[in-house]
Amino acid sequence: MRALEPWVVQPLENFLAESAARLTLLMTSSGQVVAQHGFSRSLDVMTAAALGAGIVASTEELARLMGGARFEALVHNGQRQSCMLGAFATPRGRWIGLVVFGPETSVGIVRLFFDQLVQQLAAAAPREPTPAPPMLAENFETELNASLKALFGR
Amino acid sequence: MTPATQAALDRVTRVAGVRGALVVAASDGLVVAEQLMDGVDGQAAAALTGSLVGRLARTAESAGMRPPAFLHLRGDAGGVLAAPGPDDLVLVAVVGPDANLGLARLEMIEAAGRLG
Repeated sequence: MRALEPWVVQPLENFLAESAARLTLLMTSSGQVVAQHGFSRSLDVMTAAALGAGIVASTEELARLMGGARFEALVHNGQRQSCMLGAFATPRGRWIGLVVFGPETSVGIVRLFFDQLVQQLAAAAPREPTPAPPMLAENFETELNASLKALFGR
Repeated sequence: MTPATQAALDRVTRVAGVRGALVVAASDGLVVAEQLMDGVDGQAAAALTGSLVGRLARTAESAGMRPPAFLHLRGDAGGVLAAPGPDDLVLVAVVGPDANLGLARLEMIEAAGRLG
């Protein structure tokens, strides 16, 4: 498990231990990865984050068109593994969790401990966000490489 | 909610000391129907009991035994009862420490057999 922000580690470790999820990705609503577990290639993470953020944006717009509140979670049930996408509010803005799990656990268990993860993240988040430096074009590659190194350790 | 499901929940919640009853999809751990008192977390009860029933069934199968027909998880302040039924459904009851467990067991086994 790798995380860009240290306060995410303990809640995510608790979730992984309880839910038996195979893959987990935490990202901002714009698709910027905050933490990951189970992915071995950076390309997979970036692709999953972009697709997950896109799906959540689409479903939230669909909910708005239907005149309802946001969907709490989206679950895709598969034969060998399933996927859950859930968006939630944190003191650091709106985040998205993408969880892939197999038949060794259940959607109910994953939902239950995902809700606990959301509560623990809200409690653990620092009250005063550290001001992010302005993202400049000349720093982009350096920033991206630093994030990938933090998420994959190489 | 189907009439059979409603009838099952009514039968179980009528027993003294029962704080609520749920019908759970065992493989998903999701609530199908529920009648719960305030303060009983149906989502947690469904997820954890569904997981427990599934694991115990696999354990029994591995040991060459038939899956359990009734489960009683006893705690200091009450307990959880579960009776697997047809079609992957499980009838679950959350009971207080003063519950009539014998009657609850009889009602649950009978009602669980009529689910589906």
